[in-house]
Amino acid sequence: MKSPGILASEQPTRRLSLDPETVRGDFPILKQTVYGKPLVYLDNAATSQKPQAVIDAMANYYSMDNSNIHRGVHLLSERATKAYEETREKVRRFINAAETKEIIFTRGTTEAINLVANSYGRANVKTGDEVLISAMEHHSNIVPWQILCDEKGARLRVAPINDDGELILEEFEKLVSEKTKLVSVVHVSNALGTINPIRAIVEIAHRHGARVLIDGAQAAPHVKLDVQELDCDFYAFSGHKVYGPTGIGVLYGKADLLDAMPPYQGGGDMIASVTFEKTTYNTLPYKFEAGTPNIAGTIGLGAAIDYVDQVGIERIARHEHELLEYGTQALSGIAGLRLIGTANDKAGVLSFVLDSVHPHDVGTILDREGIAIRTGHHCAMPLMARFGIPATARASLAFYNTRDEIDKLVEGIHKVKEVFG
Amino acid sequence: MTELQDLYQELILDHGRRPRNFRALNDATRSTEGYNPLCGDKVKIYVKMDGDVVRDISFEGTGCAISTASASIMTETLKGKTRAAAEELFQTFHDLVTGQKAKVDAPELGKLEVFSGVSEFPIRVKCATLSWHTLRAALNGQGDVVSTE
Repeated sequence: MKSPGILASEQPTRRLSLDPETVRGDFPILKQTVYGKPLVYLDNAATSQKPQAVIDAMANYYSMDNSNIHRGVHLLSERATKAYEETREKVRRFINAAETKEIIFTRGTTEAINLVANSYGRANVKTGDEVLISAMEHHSNIVPWQILCDEKGARLRVAPINDDGELILEEFEKLVSEKTKLVSVVHVSNALGTINPIRAIVEIAHRHGARVLIDGAQAAPHVKLDVQELDCDFYAFSGHKVYGPTGIGVLYGKADLLDAMPPYQGGGDMIASVTFEKTTYNTLPYKFEAGTPNIAGTIGLGAAIDYVDQVGIERIARHEHELLEYGTQALSGIAGLRLIGTANDKAGVLSFVLDSVHPHDVGTILDREGIAIRTGHHCAMPLMARFGIPATARASLAFYNTRDEIDKLVEGIHKVKEVFG
Repeated sequence: MTELQDLYQELILDHGRRPRNFRALNDATRSTEGYNPLCGDKVKIYVKMDGDVVRDISFEGTGCAISTASASIMTETLKGKTRAAAEELFQTFHDLVTGQKAKVDAPELGKLEVFSGVSEFPIRVKCATLSWHTLRAALNGQGDVVSTE
């Protein structure tokens, strides 16, 4: 399959191309050296770096507008509330949700998934029912369902993947039945980079009356999102992987589902009225936002979305895809290196193992070359078991990465091989 | 010598590649599994005690060069030692890899001295100590699985 990147580069439109050297200037952290060498940050799937605009937005909030939201009569509270709620609208546009009230702010993807498991799951999953996930899930999309299934006497089913790290759709389909209450799968795998066929997954699940949650933590920074087109029932992602701050994330849910769901946490802001006898819950989205939220984080997320919009998610995707192809070629040429995750449809993840060198040792040696990668099981131990390996080394790309950095990674891997003879 | 060369000394690379006493011990009197949830490294330590003395010791598992070599050299070092001596050696080894004791201070470390370079890599201390923590749990008869966390 030809990549969209190659097709686009054949077109004369200059505005589609992205100059990583220019965008790098927006990220102060990238200007530093580590161990006397320029920082090569290739751990973007763990967390992305933050542009100055995000840092400024948060500093500005604390310097000028800091106050609590939704309750102050004073100007500062008005400004903070406005900035907070404007972010909700930015998120709505970013993922093309139908309504702003379908956007719930959470601490991150993990909390968003736990919200659905605790609220929708506990209300709707009964003894004998099933929850279906895939073999490439992050622990955050496994453990909440195990807890739920244990509590309810329900069964957790796991759809298998092939040796390239692709979901086997026919096998997935066989596992969906009337017993399936919820399907929860990852959009883009953090450990493999696989992009799952979400539209097809949703279609199959809906045909059997199952609801679908998509873990979009890795997809949001790389893929143009349209939750209405995907037709998923829930979608979760984290701010910090999309160039925003940590501690803020989003749960999207279809309004009718969210409306029918019981609250997740009780507290301030999620109520309409409280007496000791009875509490009336607030309307969406506030019903699911108990307590003072992460206001600065939310405002930072808003600035991050503005920034991504400005660079253009399509340009980001195209640049990353070109880099991925370049990196795949370069790494494939190294003797004794095996790429883990070779899906046809893939985002910017280069997960690999080296013959007779443990990923940890790869990571330490690369670190001293100034190259930051992740090593380990990537919070996906069942996936590692599927490939019969304890861990991988993973380089993950962002739009500010360059071919030169991929070349440095390759040099670093040769250095690893040198040390280990 | 650079810090990297100091970490990956030839003896460590050798034991990482060809670990000694790397097998199950059928007549073990105690065995415990150790686990580092941060990286997924796993080790199982088998000990055959003869009264208070470690008569035989072996290990199995998967891990990086540092953790494999550490387990390997640990088993070589401890054969024939008493429980108390093993405990004392762990303390000294711990001080060494965390940089609290210079290597010259502790001749009793013997081969274990090659791990002095770990102190420059704080993130790797757990790799070097996983097998020791597991051994301690085995000697103290604690549970079946221990974790570095």
